[in-house]
Amino acid sequence: MENVLIEKVLTRNIGPDQTPTDMVAYEANGGYRALHKVMAGMTPNDCLEVVKASNLRGRGGAGFPTGMKWSFVPMGEKCTPGHKYLVTNADEMEPGTFKDRLLMECDPHQLIEGMILAAYTIQADRSYIFIRGEYVVAIERLEQALVDCYKKGYLGENILGSGYDLEMHVHTSAGRYICGEETALINALEGKRANPRAKPPFPQVSGLWGRPTIVNNVETLCNIPHIIDRGAEWFQSLGIGEDSGTKMYGASGYVKNPGCWELPIGTSVREILEEHAGGMAEGRKLKGFLPGGGSTDFLVEEHLDLPMDYGSIGAAGSRMGTGTMIILDDKTCPVGMVLNLIRFFAHESCGFCTPCREGLPWTRQVLEDIEAGRGRKEDLDTLVRQVKYIGAMGNTHCALAPGAMEPLQSALKYFQSDFEAHIEQGCCPYAADMKAQDITKVQGERT
Amino acid sequence: MSEHQLIQSDIALSAEEVRQIDAELAHIPQKSGAAIDALKIVQSQRGWVSDEALVAIARYLDMSPEALEGVATFYNLIYRQPVGDKVVLFCDSVSCWICGCDGVKQKISEKLGIDYGETTADNQYTLIPVPCLGACDKAPVMMVGDDLYTNLDDQKIDQIFAKKTGEGEGC
Repeated sequence: MENVLIEKVLTRNIGPDQTPTDMVAYEANGGYRALHKVMAGMTPNDCLEVVKASNLRGRGGAGFPTGMKWSFVPMGEKCTPGHKYLVTNADEMEPGTFKDRLLMECDPHQLIEGMILAAYTIQADRSYIFIRGEYVVAIERLEQALVDCYKKGYLGENILGSGYDLEMHVHTSAGRYICGEETALINALEGKRANPRAKPPFPQVSGLWGRPTIVNNVETLCNIPHIIDRGAEWFQSLGIGEDSGTKMYGASGYVKNPGCWELPIGTSVREILEEHAGGMAEGRKLKGFLPGGGSTDFLVEEHLDLPMDYGSIGAAGSRMGTGTMIILDDKTCPVGMVLNLIRFFAHESCGFCTPCREGLPWTRQVLEDIEAGRGRKEDLDTLVRQVKYIGAMGNTHCALAPGAMEPLQSALKYFQSDFEAHIEQGCCPYAADMKAQDITKVQGERT
Repeated sequence: MSEHQLIQSDIALSAEEVRQIDAELAHIPQKSGAAIDALKIVQSQRGWVSDEALVAIARYLDMSPEALEGVATFYNLIYRQPVGDKVVLFCDSVSCWICGCDGVKQKISEKLGIDYGETTADNQYTLIPVPCLGACDKAPVMMVGDDLYTNLDDQKIDQIFAKKTGEGEGC
């Protein structure tokens, strides 16, 4: 195995015991070197060019090129006077995703340095870490790290004598999955209900309080200090295929060693699953997997040798998403798993648009009937129609409902016989294996 | 919300609440922008947000109580009803479900005698489901107050809630 040769970048300060890194430890290992470098003589445009050349793509799920996103922010005379904002999306709530928590709890300064550099690049003067309220430990450590940064002159007025000013605040959220959608997040930061906004205008031009705003994922921003410090070419060389850098990959479900690992982007699914997750748990076989969170399409055994990168997983009909895989084994009911996901999305709908607000509970009802053994043959046609209409981008106000349809549409494709068996047998064929689970509880019979 | 018009909320925000809300307002260009922060601040002091407290916050932020109620009821971590001393946030999302969280939830309900949305008679715990807690490699998981509990099974539930039923050292 070549594991020893893998260069750790984002997790270089994170040991097996996960002791958090404070200012002293962070700086001792090269921390804030990039900040000093930039403040000593790199222009915002220099920084932008490096990040563009690095080919870094957003790690929150969509994979949009980070440098390009930043380049849409109006600069200099093209920008009307007033604040500009840099916001970290630390609202990690995609089912099955547990990477940003690790980065923030164990190395909070890495995120903050990345944020300062990103804010400088777009010349933002205010920045927020929008973090879910349940991440109590991360919140505490980030707040301490901010205090230390202000003391050191890394935040506040005239940072390191450069004339550049930046405020940074931790905003703890009050819940709801939809806050992870960047325009919903902005509404939440403005103290409103977190309904997504219509685009355009894009936040880069008119975001928080109508001002230019960049929202980036935690892992994305954690890459920035290393890209600035070591250059675009070095960053590109870290990836195995087309994409650049490393990626936080993970696996949960019935594998021997569930966890989260930083690996070269483009590492194969098989390597992640077999070498890092240790293969399937005793007595369980792989049936399928969601590559990157609850809103990605199922893939199956034939896809094991695919590289986990944006292009390859996309070409196979799914999305790399957050890169943290959820493993479906042969003793877990695929219909029950999809039902769990649809319940989640139906519950988390913001209620703004009809296909999502009304459509997802309808889908949930159909799946509940099938899972409980009350399904009818024509229910499968209903599900196909729901996928077609609710899943089509453009029919809904944001990507929540189309995302919810992804695991359903692929489950219908790969596990069709399981749906049929539920209907034909009038019960869940997995019930004996999952006896502890109370998945068939429904509000009432369909009329 | 019509009853709020009848509430002549004499409840004022405490000096500490006002101090914390003002600290947020310092970097927010519009008073209503601090709505969620203010709700969280008051809740952290009082445990939940009563109608009277809501009216007091709305007044302080120059908002109508109706607008603030719309915000408060949107967010699952703002409690508009009294909760117990500790809220049990139980993850029922996909990885925890695969790993048997339904059985664990049943165990909690038996142990504490409450279902989702309910509070124990001694006011110690309120049980609420929560979206994925981001600890899926240690599923099933839950939070009790500020503490995360992982790899849950029946035995762990017995230990965690031992005090509750007087089986532990007592309190």
